[in-house]
Amino acid sequence: MRLKGKRALVTGAASGIGLATVERFVEEGAAVVAADINAEGAGAVAKRLGAAGHKIRAASGDVSKTADAQRMVVEAVAFLGGLDILINNAGIDVKGTVVSISDEDWERQIAVNLTSIQRMSKYAIPEMIKCGGGAIVNTGSIAGYLGYSNLAAYGASKGGVVQITRNIVADFAASNIRCNSVNPGVVNTPLLVHACKEVAGPGGDWEAVARAYCAGQFIQRPAEPREIANAILFLASDEASFITGTDLLVDGGFRIHP
Amino acid sequence: MRLKGKRAIVTGGASGIGRAIAEKFASEGAAMAICDLNETAAKALAAELAAKGHRACGVACDVAMTESAKKAVAESVAALGGLDILVNNAGIETTGSVTTATDEDWERQIAVNLNGVFRVSRFAIPEIIKSGGGTVVNMSSVGGLVAVKEFSAYGASKAGVIQLTRSMAADYADNNIRVNCICPAAVQTPLLDRACDRLKGHGAPEEIRKLYASFTLLKRVGTAEEIANCALFLACDESSFVTGHALVADGGFSCQ
Repeated sequence: MRLKGKRALVTGAASGIGLATVERFVEEGAAVVAADINAEGAGAVAKRLGAAGHKIRAASGDVSKTADAQRMVVEAVAFLGGLDILINNAGIDVKGTVVSISDEDWERQIAVNLTSIQRMSKYAIPEMIKCGGGAIVNTGSIAGYLGYSNLAAYGASKGGVVQITRNIVADFAASNIRCNSVNPGVVNTPLLVHACKEVAGPGGDWEAVARAYCAGQFIQRPAEPREIANAILFLASDEASFITGTDLLVDGGFRIHP
Repeated sequence: MRLKGKRAIVTGGASGIGRAIAEKFASEGAAMAICDLNETAAKALAAELAAKGHRACGVACDVAMTESAKKAVAESVAALGGLDILVNNAGIETTGSVTTATDEDWERQIAVNLNGVFRVSRFAIPEIIKSGGGTVVNMSSVGGLVAVKEFSAYGASKAGVIQLTRSMAADYADNNIRVNCICPAAVQTPLLDRACDRLKGHGAPEEIRKLYASFTLLKRVGTAEEIANCALFLACDESSFVTGHALVADGGFSCQ
């Protein structure tokens, strides 16, 4: 039980990597608030895992909105009785080059993937300090290191995730807060399936698109969300007590490495 | 028990980080071959682990010598009944800039820290392939990522380990072998004690240790167990999608 007694808030918790992280955390003894913009999805996760005997509840809101972020942190602290771990995982992916993307899409991409980390951390960090410190794990992406075509805003947002991680460490290491990022390659999530279907077009072979994405990895398959969740668990736990400010790549060994 | 049924070699396993790895892996269920230049210490640790009910053997190994590496791998595999995990941890630390390091120091530094990874891996990897795959964990250093004054040969050897890690990940991914390395900052080990002692021209050992600690954002040196935890993560199935990666465990040293 590597998270026994720990209290965690996970965003983007209704599906994909966030859902796997919540499942892994409760298995390791953590009490969890599963937050998602999809209230119904988060509620279903909390209901299922709560019925299995775990301490969990759902929260819903938009991580990019200050009022929602603040409210979700307040709800989490009220339910958990404190906060030790924040997983900033919520994310979206918007296609486009800097020429083709609309201003609105650009703003939304940066707001959800990057600004959200500031919003959530702004309210979560003071609560973690009250508990004597804690750990933050942010979900970045291999796309934050490499130039993928048609992913300008997504790439910029994820590159920013890697850097804001270091800034949080510089500012809060003295408060006993560790902060790291996990950077997946291709992961078998609803986000990936959606992205592949978009690229394949109506009636196109989206699985072929997924296979082509994996061709750049030494491990030539998509990761399962649980494999990313295991990395998040490691960084969130006390086993990673000397790891802070780093970016852990969980990308199957992408051929061109940073 | 995250390494139940696994068979592992750790080089430089008799002291410091290597010893912590041997203890951690054994406690997670692995059978351990502790390879070390100091055979007596390796056998003593193996006996200690065996007394706790773990499977362990101590093996003499100079990772800088081909014949010694070959013999150590063969002995380990014979004792363990196969091989799933290799931890290339053996290392030394010399000091000096390129103008002050002697040729002998330079050669020895590269021979142990970088060539040692190659020498042991060339004999161990075919054994891991026979087991259907496994993992390799190499010990690099934050000194392979950023420049530290007076550590030119050490830095070059450890940067080489990072790149060799990527090359090995590329070469053996199809054999179901993952290869990663760890980049620690200063860790409380006999190696650090010796380095502090060697640098006494720059201040008292305690002052040097404080200086190392001050480089990190956590304002302390790491513990051997903290690095062993990283090795465990990379060696076990929980890191099943991580390969070719340099895991930085440096208390924030390199992110400033």
